[in-house]
Amino acid sequence: MNQKYELERAFETGRINRREFLQRSAALGVVVAAPGTLISGFANAAMKRGGILRLGMGGGSTTDTLDPGTHTDSVGICLERQLRSYLTEVAASGELVGELAESWEVAPGAIDWTFELRKGVEFHNGKSLTSHDVIASIQHHIKEGSTSAVAGQMGQIAEMSADGDHVVKIKLKAGNADFPWLVSDYHVSVFPADEGWQPGIGSGAYSLVSYEPGVRAEVTRNPNYFKEGRPYFDGLTITVIPDDSARDNALKTGQVDATNRVSQRTASLLDKAAGVQVMKIVGTKHYTVPMLTNVPPFDNVKVRQALRLAVDRDAMLKTVLGGHGELGNDLPIGRNQEFYNTDLPQREYDPDQAAFILKEAGMEGLSIELSAANAAFDGAVDAAVLFAEHAKAAGISINVIRESNDGYWSNVWQKKPWSMCYWSGRPTQDWMWTIAYEKGGAWNDNNWDNARFQDLLIAARAEVDQAKRKDLYWEMQRLHWEEGGTVVPLFAADLMGVSEKLAIPDVVGSDWELDGHRAGERWSFA
Amino acid sequence: MGLTQLVIRRLAFGVITLLVITILISLALEALPGDFAEQRLGQSATPETVAAIRDQLGLNKPVYVRYVQWLGNFLQGDMGVSLGNNRPVSELLASRLGNTLFLAVASAIVAVPLALFLGLLAALYRETLLDKMISTTTLAAISLPEFFIGYMLVALFAVYWQIFPAISNISDSMNFGEKVYASLLPIATLTLVIVAHMMRMTRAAIINLMQSPFIEMANLKGLKRYRIIVHHALPNALSPIINVIVLNLAYLVVGVVVVEVVFVFPGLGLLMVDAVTSRDLPIVQACILIFGATYITLNMLADILAIVCNPRMRHPR
Repeated sequence: MNQKYELERAFETGRINRREFLQRSAALGVVVAAPGTLISGFANAAMKRGGILRLGMGGGSTTDTLDPGTHTDSVGICLERQLRSYLTEVAASGELVGELAESWEVAPGAIDWTFELRKGVEFHNGKSLTSHDVIASIQHHIKEGSTSAVAGQMGQIAEMSADGDHVVKIKLKAGNADFPWLVSDYHVSVFPADEGWQPGIGSGAYSLVSYEPGVRAEVTRNPNYFKEGRPYFDGLTITVIPDDSARDNALKTGQVDATNRVSQRTASLLDKAAGVQVMKIVGTKHYTVPMLTNVPPFDNVKVRQALRLAVDRDAMLKTVLGGHGELGNDLPIGRNQEFYNTDLPQREYDPDQAAFILKEAGMEGLSIELSAANAAFDGAVDAAVLFAEHAKAAGISINVIRESNDGYWSNVWQKKPWSMCYWSGRPTQDWMWTIAYEKGGAWNDNNWDNARFQDLLIAARAEVDQAKRKDLYWEMQRLHWEEGGTVVPLFAADLMGVSEKLAIPDVVGSDWELDGHRAGERWSFA
Repeated sequence: MGLTQLVIRRLAFGVITLLVITILISLALEALPGDFAEQRLGQSATPETVAAIRDQLGLNKPVYVRYVQWLGNFLQGDMGVSLGNNRPVSELLASRLGNTLFLAVASAIVAVPLALFLGLLAALYRETLLDKMISTTTLAAISLPEFFIGYMLVALFAVYWQIFPAISNISDSMNFGEKVYASLLPIATLTLVIVAHMMRMTRAAIINLMQSPFIEMANLKGLKRYRIIVHHALPNALSPIINVIVLNLAYLVVGVVVVEVVFVFPGLGLLMVDAVTSRDLPIVQACILIFGATYITLNMLADILAIVCNPRMRHPR
């Protein structure tokens, strides 16, 4: 028992990652859940067939579509995951496994990729999956005039070709050892080439019955699903419930079996309700406060260092997240993620040191503006005001500017020198650093120009030797931790409400809420 | 001025008002930060994809060009398609409008007779304990914000006693009885919100009339108090009461967004909020037209009814 406890502590404090934790606990011969996904009171996952899983979800709109390139919010992503499959899948354990792809190979340099497709996969219309469907589905995102949210990310593909019906060859513009992760992105689902995305046909666990965007979606079990025995439910309905309290109530009264986005303020109350539990998963979702490092005074590294010391993360975690999360360490990488630099100590609140650094730089009495709106994340304005309060002790005066929620991402973020921001995070280091920290990246919100860092990023991307990659990523993280332009104060937990009638596996995916939006095929009724 | 003339004039004004409203809506949506492309892509927007969406949907054209296009199509009976998912606006509206009207009519059927009855009762037993109780409870109900009433009802009747469902997510697959059952809590909420207004007006109008000479005459004739109120006072008090009732009916159609949110009721209000958030102009325009037309029609109806039940206005000198 002691060993188990120690293991859990090691995991919680980030000394070992999730994978190690699971391996070592298996070696101990004990059945444990990774802390952070720990939920008590559930019958150990003995999966049973039958029943309709009813989800009550926030994050749906009347303007949602079945176009996989347009999803930006939970309901669209969740429905996509029920209807269609992907080349690869992030397993609940956090590992990348094949879904439609049975295996993949890469030539040295990480430019030429070959995906071997699973045979005998059928779409809901009875047609068999071939490599042409995969190519057409990816092409949808990178064709001329694409409106896809991943147009940039998939733009690294130079060419695709089919080698027979079950092999897809993909050539990249530059080496990327993490490419198989990119095709697990919720946008990059596979639909039949001849029918297109419009009818909502895929090879997923469920087929579409009815869909009223912003109101509800109903899907029914796909009897020909290629994953043996799955899914366990006969069908699944998603009811869009935008209001937090209404979602809680629907769960408490048994009108739905599970909900996403439990409010941090009411989580403990909901947890006390009979027959209901709150599931808390800390994954890669984090809140950031990016500075434009090419704009004074943020071009001065001392200012950046001082600001990172001037925020009391503990207080912010308690106040803004109600404790439902973890402290950020100025890295956009979760503690459970591969190659997380465990040598870096947790950055603490140290207003004296902050004041000292500023004095050294001749920037005493620093006065700056911080743009905030709750569009960045729920509680962003509170977080900004807290930051300003904490910074006072270091002699820094932060003027919080309340921005409009509308158009926040277009007019404030990346435009104002210092603003609040949120990232759902990415499963790999390269992916996360590339989208928001690579020079010239479309979503770069800090413009941090560090030649060594940029070189390392590109070198690590094409490196297939895991030990070398670790060294590269560790150095990158140290550089960013010491000099980067983004404060990462918090990692936020996903809070979900689940009925005790459900059988939920011990290990639950942390890539997205509701078990990576795959609750439909991973869960069942107890 | 004759009734027909009045109706024609009011209709003409109504159409002009609606036209002005649509222009204002176009300009207002344009003035809000962020357009459809930016709202849709949110944080994941890149200049290229934003440009591609604008291109596809013709959002690059100046606002007046888009407005004239929309108006031209609308006058030919084409309300356009949703920018978001290409669904015809008419189809989207049909089910939502049906739901909203269902909730409005059901609430009106409960609230209007109840309000009149309570108002009469309060006037009849004026300054008694009963009168004071009726006034206090209805005024208390109207003083509370509607979302609060909604949450209270849910907490009591859905969570604590578990009699009614907490969310009223009605759908076309439900039969009439199921729809009514699912909607009982929103109906109760709306009833509580609008009863006080109508009840107070009924009471005030009748009490006001009770001072008139013809009521005194009826009293002197020895008629029963009940008969005096129902047969002599009420018909003469109808005109202001009808006015208030009709305004409340209009509120039931256009003002119930908050109740729809609390009970997840798929009505027009939620649709419009969604559409405004995503800047889906064709849907916003259609919703506003429906709301505007409802208000204008009901207001006109109130005036017509006021004339019909007032002999002096029916036969102008």
